[in-house]
Amino acid sequence: MSPAMPRAEYVASDGLGLTAAVRAGRVSARAVTDAALAQIAARGPAVNTFTTVLAEQARADADRVDAAIAAGRDAGPLAGLPFAVKDLFDVAGITTLAGSKINRERPPAARDAAAVAALRRAGAVLLGALNMDEYAYGFTTENSHYGPVRNPHDPTRVAGGSSGGSGAAVGAGLVPLTLGSDTNGSVRVPASLCGVFGLKPTYGRVSRAGSTLFAGSFDHVGALGRSVRDVTAALDLMQGPDPEDPVCSSRPAEPCLPLLGEGVDGLRIAILDGHFARGGDPEAFAAVGQVAAALGVTRRVTIPEAHRARAAAMVITASEGANAHLADLKRRPQDFDPLTRDRFLAGALVPAAVYVQAQRFRAWYRAVVADLFGQVDVLLAPTTPCPAPRIGQDRIVLDGVEVLIRPNLGVYTQPLSFIGLPVLSVPVTRPGALPLGVQLVGAPFREAHVLRVGALLEAKGVVAAAVSA
Amino acid sequence: MTENPTPEELGAYVDETAKRIGLPIASEQRPGVIQFTGVLLASAALVMEFPLPDDVEPAPVFRP
Repeated sequence: MSPAMPRAEYVASDGLGLTAAVRAGRVSARAVTDAALAQIAARGPAVNTFTTVLAEQARADADRVDAAIAAGRDAGPLAGLPFAVKDLFDVAGITTLAGSKINRERPPAARDAAAVAALRRAGAVLLGALNMDEYAYGFTTENSHYGPVRNPHDPTRVAGGSSGGSGAAVGAGLVPLTLGSDTNGSVRVPASLCGVFGLKPTYGRVSRAGSTLFAGSFDHVGALGRSVRDVTAALDLMQGPDPEDPVCSSRPAEPCLPLLGEGVDGLRIAILDGHFARGGDPEAFAAVGQVAAALGVTRRVTIPEAHRARAAAMVITASEGANAHLADLKRRPQDFDPLTRDRFLAGALVPAAVYVQAQRFRAWYRAVVADLFGQVDVLLAPTTPCPAPRIGQDRIVLDGVEVLIRPNLGVYTQPLSFIGLPVLSVPVTRPGALPLGVQLVGAPFREAHVLRVGALLEAKGVVAAAVSA
Repeated sequence: MTENPTPEELGAYVDETAKRIGLPIASEQRPGVIQFTGVLLASAALVMEFPLPDDVEPAPVFRP
């Protein structure tokens, strides 16, 4: 039995750092897992992230990793890496709640979702399932059934959503890597507000098989983590064709981890203007300025009609989300979270002509943005228009205008997921201030570009995960 | 629906459309549903007013 891992050492490391220590025999996977469980027990209740902790299963998985290492077998590229997943990924043996009360009545999942299975096969140790907005419809994770997730850097503030538990679990040092899903910003918004890295890959690059869909036209699986290399390693293991997800691309996997050190030479980088340069706090734009200055970027480009793309995203999301839950909305609306119910009900009333037109607009907009990527490789934009608002806060003044805070947290993320672009949200170093993220946006299937930029910024200390353990 | 519907017009739209698809809306939920319907129809107006070329097909592609 190897010695226990000190808490300070556990929370100081990124995921691949822990794996390296396990693979080198400096610490056992069991000791890392016990450190994770101790941190979840000590710090978890304050942030309210976990809906299920899988202590027994995690210890058994860790023991298998240690046995493999003891026998001289390869324990996998993520050996002993502790991770947790948004509670909309199936985990064999537990019921997938998707943040709802209704789904408690469902039987336990028979097998792990594809993304979960990919990480576990690589030796990562699953610690449990994480709180979220009901059915992923929200940007704040103020879940009425399971309580609000609290921001690790200020417990009176939200963690963002809908993958709020996934952001806060990393930001509070509970686990270095989590999975989330992103339909309109649900990986990137919590990454920004919790001060961690959040990767939303290209639409269709990662299988969604075994995850609860919200609005299938935009649903992506993504990763939140302590470092660029952590989320990149997760992407590399999860990407590739899967016949069980009808929108999963047939393109073969192209690993990005080996490319992280290539720097940004040859990449054409520009700041997004127009929609992405108005309607936010000055500090959101200052964060973009910090990143741009570090990269020596002054060029500005505009995506036309981005505000209309956001409107079309809202129409499609509401329509598809409402349709997914229509039977329950008719039969038992009282069992929905009051924070999502009225929006789901309203979504059921959108005329078909509007939905179809929004899907046609999406094709038009995709072509326009594809043209732009002929002239530029990576775009910079704020992730959220402001740092984390207070739990229960309804309105905020942005750019001199009072607006509803909850929908506006996605103002800069929605026009990008609308056409499935890969985006890495990076936590900008802001000592003494609440976290804020900046989006690095790439052309479809060019994750490597944004990850290379993120890795360089991280190496320069311009961006770094803010962990309040 | 007019371009800037009044709350009464929105309420009538919600009541009629919900009835046609058999979606009961309780009185305590009605104000919230009307509010979000207003938000969605404002987004819908932005989408519908944009002149798209005739040859633009919807983004999703079905592969038999």
